[in-house]
Amino acid sequence: MRLRYLVPALVLIGLVVLFAIGLRHDPREVPSPLIGKPAPAFSLAVLGAPQQTYTLADLQGRPVLVNFFASWCAACRVEHPFLMQLAAQGVEIVGVDYKDTDADGADWLARHGNPYRTVIADPQGAMGLDWGVYGAPETFVLDTAGTIVYKQIGPLSEAVWRERVAPLLQGAKP
Amino acid sequence: MKRGTLKSRFAPLALLAGLLLALPGAPLRAAELDAEQQARYQTLINELRCLVCQNQTIADSNAPLAADLRQQVETQIRAGRSDAEIKRYLTDRYGDFVLYRPPFKAKTWLLWGGPFVVLLIALAVALRFVRARRAAPAATAVDAAALRQVLADEAGDDARRPPENRS
Amino acid sequence: MIPELGHFALVAALLVALLQVALPALGVWRRDRRLMAVASSAAQTQFLLILFAYLCLTWAFVTRDWSVAYVAANSHSELPLAYRVSAVWGAHEGSMLLWVLMLSGWAAAVSVFNRRLPPDLAATTLAVLGAVGVGFLLFILLTSNPFERSFPVPADGRDLNPLLQDPGLVIHPPMLYMGYVGFSVAFAFALAALISGRLDAAWARWTRPWTTTAWLFLTCGITLGSWWAYNELGWGGWWFWDPVENASFMPWLVGTALIHSLAVTEKRGQLKAWTVLLAILAFALSLLGTFLVRSGVLVSVHAFATDPARGVFILTFLAIVLGIAFTLYAWRAPRFVSVADFALFSREGLLLLNNVFLVVAAFAVLLGTLYPLLAEALNLGKVSVGPPYFNAVFLPLTAPLAVLVGLAAAVGWKRAKPAEVWKRVRVPAALAVVAGLALPWALGHRTLLAAIAGGMLAIWVLLTAAQEIGRRVLAKRDRVQGLLQVPRAVWGMTLAHAGLGIWVLGVSFVSLYSVEKDVRLGPGQAAELSGYAFRFDGVEGRAGPNYDADHGRVEVSHGGRVLAELEPEKRRYRASGQVMTESAVDHNALRDLYVALGEPIDKARADGDWALRLYYKPMMRLVWWGGFIMALGGLIAASDRRYRLAQARETAAVRAEALA
Repeated sequence: MRLRYLVPALVLIGLVVLFAIGLRHDPREVPSPLIGKPAPAFSLAVLGAPQQTYTLADLQGRPVLVNFFASWCAACRVEHPFLMQLAAQGVEIVGVDYKDTDADGADWLARHGNPYRTVIADPQGAMGLDWGVYGAPETFVLDTAGTIVYKQIGPLSEAVWRERVAPLLQGAKP
Repeated sequence: MKRGTLKSRFAPLALLAGLLLALPGAPLRAAELDAEQQARYQTLINELRCLVCQNQTIADSNAPLAADLRQQVETQIRAGRSDAEIKRYLTDRYGDFVLYRPPFKAKTWLLWGGPFVVLLIALAVALRFVRARRAAPAATAVDAAALRQVLADEAGDDARRPPENRS
Repeated sequence: MIPELGHFALVAALLVALLQVALPALGVWRRDRRLMAVASSAAQTQFLLILFAYLCLTWAFVTRDWSVAYVAANSHSELPLAYRVSAVWGAHEGSMLLWVLMLSGWAAAVSVFNRRLPPDLAATTLAVLGAVGVGFLLFILLTSNPFERSFPVPADGRDLNPLLQDPGLVIHPPMLYMGYVGFSVAFAFALAALISGRLDAAWARWTRPWTTTAWLFLTCGITLGSWWAYNELGWGGWWFWDPVENASFMPWLVGTALIHSLAVTEKRGQLKAWTVLLAILAFALSLLGTFLVRSGVLVSVHAFATDPARGVFILTFLAIVLGIAFTLYAWRAPRFVSVADFALFSREGLLLLNNVFLVVAAFAVLLGTLYPLLAEALNLGKVSVGPPYFNAVFLPLTAPLAVLVGLAAAVGWKRAKPAEVWKRVRVPAALAVVAGLALPWALGHRTLLAAIAGGMLAIWVLLTAAQEIGRRVLAKRDRVQGLLQVPRAVWGMTLAHAGLGIWVLGVSFVSLYSVEKDVRLGPGQAAELSGYAFRFDGVEGRAGPNYDADHGRVEVSHGGRVLAELEPEKRRYRASGQVMTESAVDHNALRDLYVALGEPIDKARADGDWALRLYYKPMMRLVWWGGFIMALGGLIAASDRRYRLAQARETAAVRAEALA
């Protein structure tokens, strides 16, 4: 048996391994290139208070979660109770009402509860674009210096929090 | 399970994308771009990937995000940005994933170079195979024995082959 | 009750398929003719059982049996009968059933047509096909049962995906599957050759018509798919390099290589090990395509609803089947190796080069398709590989093929003298150069280097194809007699090559000279595109059988002369609420004028301005004509009497030998 006749079999093994790995990944999830970089600047009105602007500087100085949500987003409903629980534990969450009308956003929060320290209105999705958001919900974890240390695509959950986010925040807390 | 939640997360967008699979809604405000800018716009939006869609360019998709990105491209072209700058703007936010034309760098050299390297190897193997004909007499004893065996096999084949089909 | 019968028939088919593997294998081992003979009847029984199951599912669709979950998910009470019948293969479960139906159909055909094959070869071939059938039947029964009932029974179905409610899509998947699955026959023959250790000209001749037939179906399927995407998706594109398209294109490329290497193996007894490898690869890529489309590892426009469990199953199955095949190959193929007895500049040599380019092209498609997966597995991050990559890489790999096609026909077997070949090809070569230079100018296009090159290659391929027939006719004193004596195999080859030439011409011109424009028009307003005036005459509401449509009218004129009244539609399917664009096209051999209706600018006012997308696409039709002509060539070649006559003669010889 000469070695080169084994080439197809070896290629097959390689491919099967590749596919086995591939089956464990979600091909739709796009990791953010912003991890480890300072959060992009923005300046937007606070939901329900159009005269009051909120900027990047307001996010700096302590670890904070920035959660993009919307009233049209079904998965945000799934995530919501966990955010309420986090807020009750004293985790600071800033909400961004993404591509939504102020009225719908406010109504949604009134109905399901408001876990957010502040809610920023991003009706055009301009902040979303700068932050590389491509759907809702997405959650960014910022450290004290305002650097993005983690991005959760899709709903935050107890498990994700325990395994991915909490360890990062432990290091960041004073 | 993870898949399930992701699906529902994208339900509104995916639904929209599916709904309108067909055609970009907002037409290009062609009057505001000159012919050369138009051409650049068309080329760019046909090479940028819509992130929330199945596998579509932002030109082909009607997802709201694709509309936003088209808008961005148009605005930036009008603002005089170069194609490279516009692509940079998008990759800074979404990564190389948005580029349907993968940039040539360390992590894609295999992709761009692979086919041509394989072509060279394949051509070399084919040439060696054909050349081996002339080198055949110099074969080792073992090879020669194997060769005789093969030739004997083939003689057997030839005997079974009707001569009129040798056209 | 009927769905349960269908389910039961599938289980029975699985048992029969197991017998189809075990008994003939035992027979071959013990040299027991009676056990070997079981293969044929098992294959036919399996086919009938699966056909019965398939008809049961069709019955459930026709009678709107919403208690069957698959029917409820893919049909609707308002769905017209024709689409209720075709909805059977409208989603994953049913299309897998169609797949095994075809697989068993091919096996049954092998058992009928190859009755005169040496019994051990026939038995091994059918046992291999049976084994593949076992895998797919298990797949259906364990992960994708189309007969599953749902409780409570829904009041109505959720409707067939509107994208699939189109005549093009009614026939596209069956054609495509016939091709995919058809390569299983060449695969089974290859394994039989490896197992028996016999691979001769007769083997090649038995394999050839099966391969060509599978190939022609695949060619038709791909062409229809392209035509459907063009009409139905509303993007005016005809090839997107989407993973699903690539999944069908890779086996096509390798299948095309196989057809050519089989010719060398049959006529000259060379390239045997390589031919066997290609036969395995063509089917391997079909299986790979199934995995890619149905497992969800890649993101595609056309992907089926996916389920990781299915992915794991197909991957395991693929690993087992191909693992066995490639191990057998590594073990037995070296004995088929021979020393080349031809020069590079000979027909064999050029066919070998043709194989090199085709297989490397298939590799490039594979690499591009899987690279996102590879990059992720190696932690290189997410990348997208799209049309710009494939076009850039594919073109230089395939352009030499067009040169080779014309050259190979003019070059004799074994070795050739360049001076003689040059004498043969100089006229078509010169004509191709002149025509290539003149074409863009004659058709009123800008002169582009790429268009000139494309035109030259196309004309070169067409002229050399015609020359092949011409030579044969002129060789005979009686020209008419000469024409009639051209064998079908040669006609088939010539047509297939001519199809390629036409395709190259179409692809070159439509890619380089298409013009598209997004416009906003109010009723009565017109837009201009490449000298054609498109006047928008407004939109009216219309009701279809299961959809409501915005029915637009666009009058197209050229220099004041009205050419066509185009009626693009935007349909909203009532059951699912999905919106589909039905584009409208006016076409002739030289150009397509394509209109797709977008959205009203003011959503509330359908009588106001609308967004429209307009295309001018020169020579678009040639791309599909080229494809269909290639397939027609395959049909004619596969029907050559030689295969049947020769087979009868050879079997007699083999029998005589066995008796002696």
